[in-house]
Amino acid sequence: MAERSFAHEVKKLRMGEGSRFSGEGILAVTKALLQSGVAYVGGYQGAPISHLMDVLGDAHEILDELDVYFENSASEATAAAMLAASVNYPLRGAITFKSTVGTNVASDALANLASGGVRGGALIIVGEDYGEGSSIMQERSHAFAMKSQMWLLDPRPNIEAIVNAVEAGFELSEASNTPVMLQLRLRSCHLYGSFTAKDNVRPPMTVKDAVENPSRQLDRIVLPPASFLHEKEKLEDRWPAAVDYIRSRGLNEVLGADGPNDDIGIIVQGGVYNTLNRAMELLGCSDAFGNTQVPTYVMNVTYPVVDSEILEFCEGKRAVLLVEEGQPDYIEQNLNAILRRAGSSVALHGKDLLPVGGEYTAAAVTKGVHAFLSKYAPGAAPGSPTLLLPQSDPASPFAPRVDASVVRTRPPGLCTGCPERPIFSALKLAEKETGKKHHVSADIGCHLFAINEPFNLGATTMGYGLGSAGAAALNSKDADRRTVAVMGDGGFWHNGLTSGVGNAVFNQSDQLLLVVDNAYSAATGGQDVLSSKADNVLRSTKHPIEKAVRGVGVTWARTVSDTYQIGRLRDLFVKALTTRTEGPKVVVAQSECMLNKQRREKPVRAKAMKEGKRVVKERFGVDADTCTGDHACIRVSGCPSLSIKTNPDPMRTDPVATVLDSCVGCGVCGANAHAASLCPSFYRSDLVYNPTRRDKVLAALRGGWIGLLSGGVERRAARYEVLEVN
Amino acid sequence: MSSWNEGRRPITIAILAMGGEGGGVLADWIVDVGERSGYYAQNTSVAGVAQRTGATVYYVEMYPGGEPHEADVRREPVLSLFPTPGEVDVVIASELMEAGRAIQRGFSTPDRTTLIASTNRVYSMDEKLALGDGRVDSNTLLEAAHAGARKFIGADFMQLALDAHSVISAALFGALAGSGALPFARETFEEAIRAAGKGVDASLAAFALGVEAAQRPAPEPIAATPAGSGPVPITIGKRPIDPAEEAAAVAERRRVEVAATDPASLVGPRLQAQAARIAADFPAPARSMLLHGAVRTAVFQNPAYSDRYLDRVARLAAVESGDTARLTTEAARHVALWMCYQDTIQVAQQKIRRRRIEGVRAEAKAAPGQLMNVREYLHPQVEEIADTLPTPLGRWVARSAWFGRVVGRLTRNGIVVNTTGIIGFTLLWAMAMFRPIRPRSLRFGREQTAIDQWLGQALAAAPIDYDLACEIVECQRVLKGYGETHHHSVESFTRLMTAADSLVGRADAAGTLAGLRSAALADEDGVALEQALLAISTAPEPAPAA
Repeated sequence: MAERSFAHEVKKLRMGEGSRFSGEGILAVTKALLQSGVAYVGGYQGAPISHLMDVLGDAHEILDELDVYFENSASEATAAAMLAASVNYPLRGAITFKSTVGTNVASDALANLASGGVRGGALIIVGEDYGEGSSIMQERSHAFAMKSQMWLLDPRPNIEAIVNAVEAGFELSEASNTPVMLQLRLRSCHLYGSFTAKDNVRPPMTVKDAVENPSRQLDRIVLPPASFLHEKEKLEDRWPAAVDYIRSRGLNEVLGADGPNDDIGIIVQGGVYNTLNRAMELLGCSDAFGNTQVPTYVMNVTYPVVDSEILEFCEGKRAVLLVEEGQPDYIEQNLNAILRRAGSSVALHGKDLLPVGGEYTAAAVTKGVHAFLSKYAPGAAPGSPTLLLPQSDPASPFAPRVDASVVRTRPPGLCTGCPERPIFSALKLAEKETGKKHHVSADIGCHLFAINEPFNLGATTMGYGLGSAGAAALNSKDADRRTVAVMGDGGFWHNGLTSGVGNAVFNQSDQLLLVVDNAYSAATGGQDVLSSKADNVLRSTKHPIEKAVRGVGVTWARTVSDTYQIGRLRDLFVKALTTRTEGPKVVVAQSECMLNKQRREKPVRAKAMKEGKRVVKERFGVDADTCTGDHACIRVSGCPSLSIKTNPDPMRTDPVATVLDSCVGCGVCGANAHAASLCPSFYRSDLVYNPTRRDKVLAALRGGWIGLLSGGVERRAARYEVLEVN
Repeated sequence: MSSWNEGRRPITIAILAMGGEGGGVLADWIVDVGERSGYYAQNTSVAGVAQRTGATVYYVEMYPGGEPHEADVRREPVLSLFPTPGEVDVVIASELMEAGRAIQRGFSTPDRTTLIASTNRVYSMDEKLALGDGRVDSNTLLEAAHAGARKFIGADFMQLALDAHSVISAALFGALAGSGALPFARETFEEAIRAAGKGVDASLAAFALGVEAAQRPAPEPIAATPAGSGPVPITIGKRPIDPAEEAAAVAERRRVEVAATDPASLVGPRLQAQAARIAADFPAPARSMLLHGAVRTAVFQNPAYSDRYLDRVARLAAVESGDTARLTTEAARHVALWMCYQDTIQVAQQKIRRRRIEGVRAEAKAAPGQLMNVREYLHPQVEEIADTLPTPLGRWVARSAWFGRVVGRLTRNGIVVNTTGIIGFTLLWAMAMFRPIRPRSLRFGREQTAIDQWLGQALAAAPIDYDLACEIVECQRVLKGYGETHHHSVESFTRLMTAADSLVGRADAAGTLAGLRSAALADEDGVALEQALLAISTAPEPAPAA
């Protein structure tokens, strides 16, 4: 069960010709795929295209009706290899994943696919995770398009433009026998907008038709001598065919060509077009409907660059500014080569006036365009947005108005009640017990948040599922301790079982591998994986991780089915860190992702409460009287619901710990209080709804007895205390 | 052509929130309101990892409707995906520090922006981690909110949402409607909530509270006044900005007045003599604290213990030389806190008090008469048990390997006690009944000796350096925690006292000790204190105090 259900929204996918479709970018992409007669779809979830996979999962009925095959691929490499179905058959196929990590994983398959070329349209929809909010290394997908010679579409962030790009992508792919990448930037994926729908199209050839009529072409297989021919084909046939198609369909746009400033121009990637237009609006040389006063060439296809279009656009111009986000400056280099080769005298500006790296925000682009126009056409930019003012100017939006020391960073962390928190608490406590700090090789996933306060565990992260492999070299027979590796269930099934566990067994690695098994690919939005506990009508689940690691030869493997038992987990870690058993030691720590659990259980509990059934609501609390305000509990937990508040005791000054209403009663506070011998301030309150007769009788008995005993205590205190005067 | 500056521009709204707060729902509602009002609306967000409690920005643009001109390049307005610094009409911040972030990033500016911010604080991790008080100054943030917006609408929208059993996004949506920043009717906002169809009634209730709150003026920051009489400027930051804390501050001020005029009314019948003594022998500014201390020590042990407490403070009061009686007041505070150290007897007593159970019920939001169980997570350690026993027995127990093993096995994984059950309550009650034999316990003797030693040190310093004496007294603040944390704190305290000794006579002694105390509270493993001590020992000694 994914974090977000699109069960309601997918109904929109049935919309027919002429209806107005409104929704998020990824939902529109799905609709566009169906309108294009796609025969099969696959992919691997990951921000920012996780929701695309979720939408497809929730749309399985519609896909079935149209005979569209869909699978949740095991990895991006699997997804890319899936496009092999379009090599011999005229099947349109689309896959999706997060880039650039996914593109890296998939690059082997993509390179082979691009070499042999495709017969049916093959579309690779990459969610470009770049800039603010990105969780991966900052690289560009552009490099992959260039190195394998696949075409790269970068539509402007507008729902209709994105939908059109999907359709054009398939056609371009078929016209040039080349796989096409469609790049969606982070914000475009979650962009809300609308377009006019068309009818869905059943694929003219379905997967079933292909399976039942197998065919092969030897010259499409990547092996000499065919592979040498592929390279020649790429350059002599497919590239020119692509250029022809791009030109004839007018995929790239020239705007404002007849304006007053025709001796200068701006070239922009489609994905950055809206930002450029906003910058020009601010500078007073365009408006909300894109009526630019400076000629603009919008590259909705960023690879291949169409030489002739560039030369035509630059014809007769003194200077051109290229707005190209990210580095290296592939397009700028490309344009320079084109212009110099043609002997053009136009001055090409780009990363000399714009930031070399980083996201091209409206502020960054405005400054760059302003610098360009000031140099070549000062009159063209009458606007003077305040962001151009120096920070020292009181009118600048960046003029210091808040003391920087009171605005602290707030990085993402583990959710309230997250079952991974107790795992890292236990690991910290185990280190305390053994008296040794360990090198911890971390992995991609929510568990990576353990690198931050308060856990401070984890030294590197080498890629999804590579936690164990990242610890491979740090394996010494002479060392007095072993290395710890972490992996999530998502990474484990993605590739960790082979790249990590199998490798550690084969090489007799002494590492302790901690597999965090929260029953979902949680960081990408709670999708099911092989070891998920849920029943899934579409997929086969409930394959235990411990069975898999034993299957590849691990002898020391333990599964803890309740991570909230910190004491047990700590003891197990100590054992795993000290046992004499050779080979990798694998601890599978299982508890369900709290986000998903709450989503499942909350409605069930609410229903039971309404029906008059006995329901107990648990939450934790801290006695302010008993808490001494040392915050040791926070340092070992870091739960968002465990916070601080002003000390209610007039004698004491430091804030005390407190549990916020968002507490889900997971039990970590109590378990930590026990395992770390913290302090006696923690309590759990169990609120009983719809009590039974037994509850009531017991409560009456207890009330009587407690009243008797506490009477004396209160009478004694009353001799000394008075009620607070107010 | 300068259509932007002529007002042909979209309405821009940035929402700064933390993942999981419903910022996405809020953005969707706003888009819906815009579309219902004939605007072309767009929203974007950065989902993904930022959802997990990290700070994130949602962004909405809305452009007034109407058909595009025939010659226009685009059929629809081209909207931006980023808030542009200096060009944001409305900023909504779910929390006060996020409002600060919006100002820092240039989203909220005094020339343009309506800033709607919830004045509650959701503390960041590093504010929570400190052993002492690591909170940033809310007052500074509040000042910034006023300075960084054209119009600032501030209220505790989180509390309003909780009052309505809803989420903060609904209350903030109400504030947006009530702010008048958007040209849309309130009914349209409510329609958007109804159309979304989830938790409609609760959302509408929170929305209504938000609308009302937007009509009230935002809380004003308190003008900074230096506090404390010493040479070390003590910033009393984190001033109360929420009504509860403000009420507490008012009550405390009233109490100080009563303490000066009618101290007897602040203690129970068996402490009247002590109250009379406080009125007669101690400076007026210290009396409120002394009355607190007298009550606390009596409840902890007995009135004789209160007398002992007053004797101790009296020694310092005798050398008092400050106008505000800082030394006496701080001694009244810290001597009482130390004398009422948290042993198992004290903890048991705190757990079984009626007002405590009432507090737990209030926090759990129990309805009157609703059944509730309270379970304590206790982890008694051998040392704690030994500490509570009469000295000879305690010594034996502490040394006994056999006893240690038995207790260790029983409590290794802690015990859970149901205070609302017969057995659990009786157990804690019995523990509290050990109080009369406490004075014969191992720890009691140890603590009394340590207290006298500490006070002796402060007394010795007082005639030479009054401020240093005050700082020595305040070092009691580092003594906190249980078990290992307490051990660490005792170590830190000991090092502070050693340092204090060597500082006597130095001109910067008080300031240096205060700095060392902050270092001791900066981390648990003592690294910061170690470094601070090292820095002092290597620094050239300044001239002695005149």
